[in-house]
Amino acid sequence: MQYISNILFLLLLIAGIGYFTKNIRKVIRNIKLGRKPHVTGNNKERWGNVIRIALGQSKMVVRPVAGLLHIIVYVGFIVINIEVLEIIIDGLFGTHRIFSSLGIVYDYLIATFEILALLVLIGVIAFWIRRNIQKLKRFWSSEMKGWPKNDGNFILYFEMVLMILFLTMNASDQVLQQMGSAHFTKAGIFPISSLIAPFFENFSEATLIIIERTAWWLHIFGILVFLNYLYFSKHLHIMLAFPNVYFGKLVPKGKFKNNESVTKEVKLMMDPNVDPFAAPAEGAETPAKFGASDVMDLSQIQLLNAYTCTECGRCTSECPANQTGKKLSPRKIMMDTRDRLEEVGKNIDTNGEFKPDSKQLLGDYISHEELWACTTCNACVEACPVSIDPLSIIMEMRQYLVMEQSAAPNELNITMTNIENNGAPWPFNQMDRLNWKEEA
Amino acid sequence: MSETIKVPTMAEYMTQGKQPEVLFWVGCAGSFDDRAKKITKAFVKLLNSAGVDFAVLGTEESCSGDPAKRAGNEFLFQMQAMGNIEVMNAYKVKKIVTACPHCFNTIKNEYPELGGNYEVMHHTQFLKRLLNEGRLKVEGGKFKGKRITFHDPCYLGRANGEYEAPRELLQKLEVELVEMKRCKTRGLCCGAGGAQMFKEPEAGNKDINIERTEEALETKPEIIAAGCPFCNTMMTDGVKGKEKENDIQVMDIAEMIANAEEL
Repeated sequence: MQYISNILFLLLLIAGIGYFTKNIRKVIRNIKLGRKPHVTGNNKERWGNVIRIALGQSKMVVRPVAGLLHIIVYVGFIVINIEVLEIIIDGLFGTHRIFSSLGIVYDYLIATFEILALLVLIGVIAFWIRRNIQKLKRFWSSEMKGWPKNDGNFILYFEMVLMILFLTMNASDQVLQQMGSAHFTKAGIFPISSLIAPFFENFSEATLIIIERTAWWLHIFGILVFLNYLYFSKHLHIMLAFPNVYFGKLVPKGKFKNNESVTKEVKLMMDPNVDPFAAPAEGAETPAKFGASDVMDLSQIQLLNAYTCTECGRCTSECPANQTGKKLSPRKIMMDTRDRLEEVGKNIDTNGEFKPDSKQLLGDYISHEELWACTTCNACVEACPVSIDPLSIIMEMRQYLVMEQSAAPNELNITMTNIENNGAPWPFNQMDRLNWKEEA
Repeated sequence: MSETIKVPTMAEYMTQGKQPEVLFWVGCAGSFDDRAKKITKAFVKLLNSAGVDFAVLGTEESCSGDPAKRAGNEFLFQMQAMGNIEVMNAYKVKKIVTACPHCFNTIKNEYPELGGNYEVMHHTQFLKRLLNEGRLKVEGGKFKGKRITFHDPCYLGRANGEYEAPRELLQKLEVELVEMKRCKTRGLCCGAGGAQMFKEPEAGNKDINIERTEEALETKPEIIAAGCPFCNTMMTDGVKGKEKENDIQVMDIAEMIANAEEL
């Protein structure tokens, strides 16, 4: 009977981590639906980016207020997780504050956790105010209605509740310690929870133990629920930001991907020795589709991008098209890509393999109008704190529209015809290219 | 124009068995657009006065393919690129300078994978080099003390990380450089990139060039300096839209330097 709580804890832990693992494997499977990317450039530079941009949050602080608040929550989150390790050990073996044998180090560790917990609480409340009271524009764009808006707030409530539980646990614990209650060994310095401890002083030992245990169980339960909520929310960035930054673009932002299947075709066209009427060789692979119309046509990095996006909207708020009222929102491009990928994933879950559902990313999620509003200025790419590249997806879809469907806006068709015929976007003769030299 | 400018072609150099120091890639705007042609000529004057041994491709030049690529027509882009590369490789071109950030970006970044490897410079980078080598003199002249704001071309700035060369040249002109709120890495596009120059904008509540021009006007400039023929057009249109064309000029940095020297 005495091991019942240990067993319960073990089961909870297995269920929590097990379900999370199952979903993460789904994420990985879905990402692998994309085309294999060519990852070039040196690893040193990539790891440097992970340290600077992901660990070091270098791009977050471009916006100082949000950046600073985020660093507080981020550092708090990571450091307070050391406590989770202790909770897990205590839970499994029925110990209490197992690390307290560290003595003074433990005291300061607990003190640090408490201060960080308060800072996180303040940070999260500030975030909530920015979203809901201050109503920052980027959290109220059209793509943020309904679930995305609630999702953002749920995450904040989660963190508030977890921090409050943590501090309540410590407050009741320290009162029990002072009472000399058995099992509650004296350990830790509690600079923050000691402020709320007086509230618990008149409670009986039994009540306090119930409060402490409840807070303790809810805290770890909350953490496991939060962990499992990640997959369903926009919050996967707390893990995926790191691989995503690693795979971020290393070449100049202006260098767009060379489409090799096109290169092959163009080389054939320009080779005078090729017989244009020759039938393709037996067993020759069919040329790849040009550009992308659905998530399977995108690269695995682009799909990782979609899962990593936390919908902060920095990209959209820097986008010149969006700022001037056009439909394009780079954040929506990423959200749509993820939504469609999830839909494809569910399709595979039900049917064993992907069964065409007469839907695709282009058209059903992302409209032509959005794609044609882009100026390719790279502001969204520059703005993303975790190296997401919405522009690359826009370009792939434009390629599909133009090369597979000949569906460019008419003015662009004229421009392209001009380039093809006379080597300039305007209808001027190439032979007149040097006329400026003679003009007064 | 009273004085003549010297614009040799690669073909002429080849018949003389010579190789110029640098190829000046004029670009379509620089060749055909009336406003941009002035920039081309101003830059040539600077090249002439610095004694730079350069040549142009002239009628052998063709669109770099930038608008085709960004419009999604990779096919047309690669046809253009391979054609240009064939011409330039035949002339054994090593170094290229251009006054168009779009050509600059495309030739520098997107030609290598198709067989065209050159050292490519934007004209502000090249002018800065000439200045450092003592071949070009840049002095304030009539721009000294004037209030000027610089609009970063996306394809020079964010796309290729060059924010300083144009600003250094402006400093040399002893102007009072005032930055717009959105500048450098966070500079706002003029609205022309990604082949938007050649189409009507999608429906919205404002044109991008108006948004950008308004921001530029907030700095109360006498001149809006640009480094791209397309930005130049967009900003000029914006200034006209705001009926400020009599007070505020939109000028390329090359024009400013040439004007300061009264070339």
